[in-house]
Amino acid sequence: MKSWLTTTDHKRIALLYLGTMTLFFTLGGLLATVIRVELATAASDLVTAETYNRLFTLHGVIMVFFFLIPSIPTFLGNYLLPLMLGAPDLAFPRLNLASWYVFVAGGLLTLTAMIAGGLDTGWTFYTPYSTTFSDSHVVLAVLGVFLAGLSSVFTGINFIVTTHRLRAPGLTWMRLPLFVWSLYATSLILVLATPVLAMTLLLVAIERGLQIGIFDPEVGGSPLLFQHFFWFYSHPAVYIMILPGMGVISELIPCFSRNRPFGYEFVAASSLAIAVFGFLVWGHHMFVAGQSYFASVVFSFLSFAVAVPSGVKVFSWLGTMHRGSVWLTTPMIYALGFVALFTIGGGTGLALAMLAVDVHLHDTYFVVAHFHTIMVGGMLMAYLGGLHFWWPKISGRLYSERWGRIAAYILLIGFLLTFLPQFLLGTQGLPRRTASYPPEYQFLQGLSSAGATILAVGYVLPGIYLLASLVRGRPAGDNPWGATGLEWQTTSPPPPHNFAAPPVVTDDPYDYPRAPQPTAIGAGHV
Amino acid sequence: MTLLAMPFEVLPAAASATSGAVDLVVFLVFAVIGLVSLGVLLAMVVLVVRNRRRPGNLTGRGHDPATIWKTELGWCALTAVVFLCLFTLGAVTFDRIERVPTGPDVLDVAVTAKRWMWSFQHPSGRRELSQLHVPAGRVVRLHLSSEDVIHSFYVPAFRLKQDVVPGWLRTAWFRATAPGTYALACAEYCGTEHALMRADVVVMEPHVYDHWLAQGDDPRPPLAAAGRALFQKLDCGACHETRLRRRAPPLEGLYGRPVTLRDGSSVLADDDYLRRSILRPDADIVADYQGGVMPTYAGLVDDDELLLLVAYIRSLADAEGVSP
Repeated sequence: MKSWLTTTDHKRIALLYLGTMTLFFTLGGLLATVIRVELATAASDLVTAETYNRLFTLHGVIMVFFFLIPSIPTFLGNYLLPLMLGAPDLAFPRLNLASWYVFVAGGLLTLTAMIAGGLDTGWTFYTPYSTTFSDSHVVLAVLGVFLAGLSSVFTGINFIVTTHRLRAPGLTWMRLPLFVWSLYATSLILVLATPVLAMTLLLVAIERGLQIGIFDPEVGGSPLLFQHFFWFYSHPAVYIMILPGMGVISELIPCFSRNRPFGYEFVAASSLAIAVFGFLVWGHHMFVAGQSYFASVVFSFLSFAVAVPSGVKVFSWLGTMHRGSVWLTTPMIYALGFVALFTIGGGTGLALAMLAVDVHLHDTYFVVAHFHTIMVGGMLMAYLGGLHFWWPKISGRLYSERWGRIAAYILLIGFLLTFLPQFLLGTQGLPRRTASYPPEYQFLQGLSSAGATILAVGYVLPGIYLLASLVRGRPAGDNPWGATGLEWQTTSPPPPHNFAAPPVVTDDPYDYPRAPQPTAIGAGHV
Repeated sequence: MTLLAMPFEVLPAAASATSGAVDLVVFLVFAVIGLVSLGVLLAMVVLVVRNRRRPGNLTGRGHDPATIWKTELGWCALTAVVFLCLFTLGAVTFDRIERVPTGPDVLDVAVTAKRWMWSFQHPSGRRELSQLHVPAGRVVRLHLSSEDVIHSFYVPAFRLKQDVVPGWLRTAWFRATAPGTYALACAEYCGTEHALMRADVVVMEPHVYDHWLAQGDDPRPPLAAAGRALFQKLDCGACHETRLRRRAPPLEGLYGRPVTLRDGSSVLADDDYLRRSILRPDADIVADYQGGVMPTYAGLVDDDELLLLVAYIRSLADAEGVSP
């Protein structure tokens, strides 16, 4: 126990993060369950409207700040970055451990706020509601999120320095795995954008305590100033969430197509382009909030610009499968699910970036469905795909491939049934964040709640068979998927400091046409 | 638009002069999304089936670098062109639906949002709560203010949404095309009973509306008249109506026109400008006038009274100014 709590081994810290975030994800999921049960009927009957508002707020805060943002970087990134670079550890192992403690402290503060009575501002903390009118625990929650942000900055700095300084001999920038490129782009956003969120949230806390006029118009502030500050971080944060997921997919598809990635340079560059453009689109959250017409037009234009590099990714993934040998394993099912759902999520994002369309759809269920398609359909699929792909490396065991495939298909079906109806609820004009709704929306809401139960089954299953594999799973061997990449050249799980002898890189990455054939079960045939 | 009505009624029945244009854009972008998503899905199915791992196809065959560059750049160009078209379409339609029409026939309604109800005041002075009666076929110009937090005025059938931000006075408009009752919802989360912050927009034939308006035995004076009375009570005319034009700018013919400020910039004299000038007179000083003359009226007039004063100044829009 003590050796775990004082470890500076990046692999153990990654597992600490995995455990903590699984708890947060479970909590966020339970909150979502109550929300979906409440919404199964039109009236506000299971919980009061006041409780409902606290439920969706905490669901958002916990899922965004304590699961989606840290998930892939702090678990898979922490575990894999040194391995992929051929390094013994991250550049700052103790900063890495500190980041976990700060993260846990932030989580505990937020949980305290929840136990003390909760928070009802929505995860967006819009002013002047949050600064003046809400009588919930805004300051506690805001400080919790502040700490989670600080932990992100630690991780971002660590990743950037590690990528610059600790690459194995011969591992040039253009030989880096695409996952490393995406982590690098993500870290840039973490370091540059998070301080703005931290500052904004502190100002909310200060205004709440001291009644100084920053965001509340009653005392001379501006509510729109808050929205500019908040989205200056929170839109790039969307890319913090999705870029590492794209990186995972860029590892999975070449491996299970046994092929070189189509357009390596384009995929790598598109990560950086998304990170840069992502900073310039925040105003598309404010088309009807009263920013100037000119600003709205510019932000709409830039939002379309960020879609071009995203399109490059989708196209390149399909190109990788072209002339490939496609092996439909559990991780690959998640990868293909990601590609399909990311296309739908991104496409509906374009609809929202269109000025005239957004006027109708803004702040409706359409927006809820859109970002859940990107976050749950995209990011979470990538997370699970990555978890299954690297699970043999991390645990040293193979899980049940049959159960893996069943769970992946259940998740896909559950997802579609939960969120496709919400697109229609939005086009029909149902605002989001409503505890009750007029009866004409009953059918689609019921369909969505039914889908959520299937989705829940899909989440529980991997928890069962992955844990079971720790006891009953066959040994994985060093490289069960026949994958390229330095992490597969060491033992499963890797020893402390990762490699018996420091690896030397002499070739381009992803040489799958010449890679060893897989040893995992079912590898020899279809 | 019958396509959109099938099979689930994707959009609510259109009922305003601009909703048809919006629906067309929505339909186009949804068609693009649908086609692209289906294309990606189809490509994946074909690739998975045709290139499946089997004896004789255990390794990939790589790609020709020249093909990669050509297709990647071609793909970027293709998406950029499609996106540019969508952007332009959205922006042009936005311009059309946002541009507030003017004219003698415009009906000005003051809207106040507060947790968790909507209240309305007609030019005649008639007030109503949670119901807004308007005539069909006439431009209704809304002057929106909030007493507490941010709300959002959303009528799905009109494809109209405008956030109502405390500290600002927003303007929005619609022209209803068919009599009927349409839902108005608050779209911006505003606290406990946000879900119940709904109202009905009752659109009536013009003569029925006139009848309804006449029926009201509300003793309140018309908006502009009430504003005029308040204007006199506060003695605003001492500076704004004096013939010695050195103390304050005249208000006749001001509303809806650009005003040149002392720093050389120009600002449109809309609702929000007037509100700001009453509450923070020195925020924008008109060219040729001194700052520091007018005291702030923040705290002296509440949101409802501000709407009255703005209504009065608006009523002077077509009045002849006394030439200096």
